[in-house]
Amino acid sequence: MNALNPIIVILAAFLAIYFQSSFDLFRNLFGVQIDLLPALMVYTSLTLGIVSVALFALVSGLLFDSLSANPFGISVFPLFLIGFALHRFHGLLLREQISAQFAFGAGASLLSPLITLLILLSGNNNPLVGWGTIWQLLVLGLTGGLLTPVCFWILDRISGALNYQPIAQTSFRADRQIKRGRG
Amino acid sequence: MFKKPQYIALALVAVTALIIFNLPAQTMSRTKLAFSGFFVPLFGLADSSKRVLQKTGDSILPRGVLTKENEQLRRENQQLKVQLMQNAEITRENARLRTAVGWQKQTPWKLKLARVIARDPSSWWRTIQIDVGSQHGIRPNLPVLVPEGLVGRISAVGATRSQVLLLGDPNMRVGALVQDKDARENGIVISSSSPLEQSMVTFQYFSRSSVIKPGQNVITSGEGGVFPKGIPIGQIVDIRDNSLGLSTDARVRVSADLNSLEEVLVMFP
Repeated sequence: MNALNPIIVILAAFLAIYFQSSFDLFRNLFGVQIDLLPALMVYTSLTLGIVSVALFALVSGLLFDSLSANPFGISVFPLFLIGFALHRFHGLLLREQISAQFAFGAGASLLSPLITLLILLSGNNNPLVGWGTIWQLLVLGLTGGLLTPVCFWILDRISGALNYQPIAQTSFRADRQIKRGRG
Repeated sequence: MFKKPQYIALALVAVTALIIFNLPAQTMSRTKLAFSGFFVPLFGLADSSKRVLQKTGDSILPRGVLTKENEQLRRENQQLKVQLMQNAEITRENARLRTAVGWQKQTPWKLKLARVIARDPSSWWRTIQIDVGSQHGIRPNLPVLVPEGLVGRISAVGATRSQVLLLGDPNMRVGALVQDKDARENGIVISSSSPLEQSMVTFQYFSRSSVIKPGQNVITSGEGGVFPKGIPIGQIVDIRDNSLGLSTDARVRVSADLNSLEEVLVMFP
């Protein structure tokens, strides 16, 4: 892990937000736009350090709100909260398991918009909510769960291709070498 | 329980969030527009690649198809010219009558074509971003439409981009009336009660004794001063009592296809 990894995830978030604001097929089919940021936050919190988690939440949250009618900065807190909770227990979580990635992705994708909506509703805002919001949250959770393993696969490969690989350990040890001959 | 870097990260996020939330509204709006500027190269790239694709598609079209299309457009152009002549005569007559009655003369609205560059990435707002801003004379609250009908109004303006609040957004309200020879019922068009009904809005605050029927057209009433009178909004789909039964609402299908907007027209007084 080096300084390149936070840049990779932030670039991925930048492209994800662009994708969400430019392609409407999913929104027109299911009545809700997919959100890739929670899936990327799961990857960040289980792969990188807490400073990277904070940086990711700040940059991606602000970029997301800049294209949205959301009050500026409102998406930062829900993203950070998810990243913070996952990072706190990242030593205990099974990062490599696809089922675990799905579960964390689904949970994060369900919680992130829910927390954002709660913050919006507690303020002076009037977002478009109704019974259909339950459907939207379920679709967001499911798609987020399905996309998280894909994010892990792609970002692990990009990170592997751009970073130095760890040197493979051999079983050879110089102090155990049997020296033959005289002297 | 928490390690030192976790405290630092928490403090960093909390302080930044506090600073952003306490910014004056104008500064916050400017910062927001500055942040959205990061996406400009991507939007430009997508737009130019779309144009190249379109040009390539046009260049490989057979000559026969182009000739047929040209002929059709020429015919359409002639029809429109005749219609324009008739409309010019009606406008002159209208102006004469207005002078005779003593009403104020109506000033015609100008139109500016704009390209849609982005949609709101969240699912609880209905907004789009267009590629014209204050440099092109755009200012807040100008009506935005397509040939089929009303789309929304300008809500925020940057130097080269603007945000448009679409019909169906919770912050969008339009004074409207039913266009019918028997009934000219006034009301307000607001967002639909379901976030999944993307092409529906609600027409409400009309009297219970009104004779509103499905199929009737709803147009802007001109009340409120933002939208001029007569822009088509949509068609009434059904009428229902609201939850308390105290008033009646009508569901209206929006005339403009808000899900596939590519170009819109901004109206200038």
